[in-house]
Amino acid sequence: MHIQFASDHSLMVSFGDEISESSHRQVLRMTELLQQHLRSKVRNLHPAYSTILVSYNPLTTDGAEVERAIHHLAQQIDRVPSPEPRTKELPVCYGNESGPDLSEVAALRGLTPEDVIQIHSSADYLVYFLGFTPGFPYLGGMSERIAVPRLATPRKQVPAGSVAIGANQTGIYPVSSPGGWRIIGRTPRRLFFPEREPLTLLQMGDRVRFFPISSDQFQHWNEHK
Amino acid sequence: MSHIHVISPGFVTTVQDLGRYGYAHLGVSASGAADRLSLRMGNALLGNPESAAALEMTLAGGAFEFDSETSVVFTGSDFNAQFEGNSVPPYVPFRVRAGQAVQCGATRSGARCYLCVRGGIEVPLVLGSASTHLMTGLGGLEGRALKKGDLLKIGNVTTKAFQTRLFDRDVLSRLMPQKVLRITPGPQGNWFRDGGKSLFQGTYRVTEESNRMGLRLHGPPLEQTYSGQMLTEGVSLGAVQAPKSGQPILLFVEHQTTGGYPKIANVISADLHSVGQLRPRDEVRFELVSMEHALSLLREQERLLGSS
Repeated sequence: MHIQFASDHSLMVSFGDEISESSHRQVLRMTELLQQHLRSKVRNLHPAYSTILVSYNPLTTDGAEVERAIHHLAQQIDRVPSPEPRTKELPVCYGNESGPDLSEVAALRGLTPEDVIQIHSSADYLVYFLGFTPGFPYLGGMSERIAVPRLATPRKQVPAGSVAIGANQTGIYPVSSPGGWRIIGRTPRRLFFPEREPLTLLQMGDRVRFFPISSDQFQHWNEHK
Repeated sequence: MSHIHVISPGFVTTVQDLGRYGYAHLGVSASGAADRLSLRMGNALLGNPESAAALEMTLAGGAFEFDSETSVVFTGSDFNAQFEGNSVPPYVPFRVRAGQAVQCGATRSGARCYLCVRGGIEVPLVLGSASTHLMTGLGGLEGRALKKGDLLKIGNVTTKAFQTRLFDRDVLSRLMPQKVLRITPGPQGNWFRDGGKSLFQGTYRVTEESNRMGLRLHGPPLEQTYSGQMLTEGVSLGAVQAPKSGQPILLFVEHQTTGGYPKIANVISADLHSVGQLRPRDEVRFELVSMEHALSLLREQERLLGSS
């Protein structure tokens, strides 16, 4: 584990530079330890694939002290039990208005749209972390067979719930935002709830599976305003 | 209950306080005032808690009417505020009576001006903060910029009458925004030619593609010498990112919590308020400082803020 200052008010904790389930477990455990033990000293935590950015108020907190505390916590990291991973099944209406880029994704990879749906919905994905926008999951485990580049020009507005592919990652846009990934479907489920606890449907470490639904089912289950 | 009635909103006016912290691990950015120093000064002048919400106006301000008597102050840049036929300078609190209004125009100096009111602006809190995050539509008044006809509540004042104070002229001048931004090295600082010397030697122009999420700068390109791919990782407020084009992006208050571009440097905390006052076409320079110096500048700024 390596720690360096990222700014005068944050530290970058690094567990290497790879995307792997073992780096992920360390990030998950250290995030848990930081939340438990350093809550009063830390303003924000940004866990990612193999790193955690830890920010604090430099007027009231000494960065060197935070750094020492993290090194100290690292000694306990192997003793943090890994919580039972939760599995979330998300309904997705693929194609048509819900997935305007589905045909193009299929064409780019020499597949039929049905192939893309089948491949996308038969994998077990891992939520590496949440970032980018509230509740947005960075999902690992997507088949390379449906990997496609990001759009040359991002869309200015992507509907909330859009399920998309960007390079070899897949994700879901929880809120309407600009987006550069290719949209293959849409989930009627909400992923972000600022009005209640828990704030997000998904959390770091969850497993996610997608299952196809019809547009009628989408209308029936639609949780988006 | 007292209110502010929006007669005209101004270019981009939002409700802001000091932001919402503790949710970055869920992808929620802190948001908050682009020039925190000016917001805090306005609140200090009115006897408000430092984090009371105010109206943040951008480049050109609006016109606002008050339905009850209260105290008001403008802070940040001079937006040529008028009240009852008179110019109102920033940093000087004044009384308004029911039915009276203020009118602001275009900025005469920097990008942002704060309209602070005794009691603060009251909106439903989202995750403990009144700040607006425009990109995701969270907080503030319905998660958006103000429109004509909007009605904003003013908070009830619970503290007893405050002692009028003013900031010393010398203090005000030492807290003015600057166009030389001090920086410390970023996590990928050594990925760039000469450790990013072009950043420290060049002059960069703020482009029109700049907002609360980030400022796109134009100047000597930052040449990346390391060809490795970067994994998405957490991003700090004030980070200077260099995408493939080499033209830097300075991440600001509504920045995304994680990103995949290399970060060459980070603006020091003490200079973030200056970033909040940068306008398109402004030219900035960067100056590398040590972490110790960055912290001592921040403490000095805090000391000045506390003096009266």
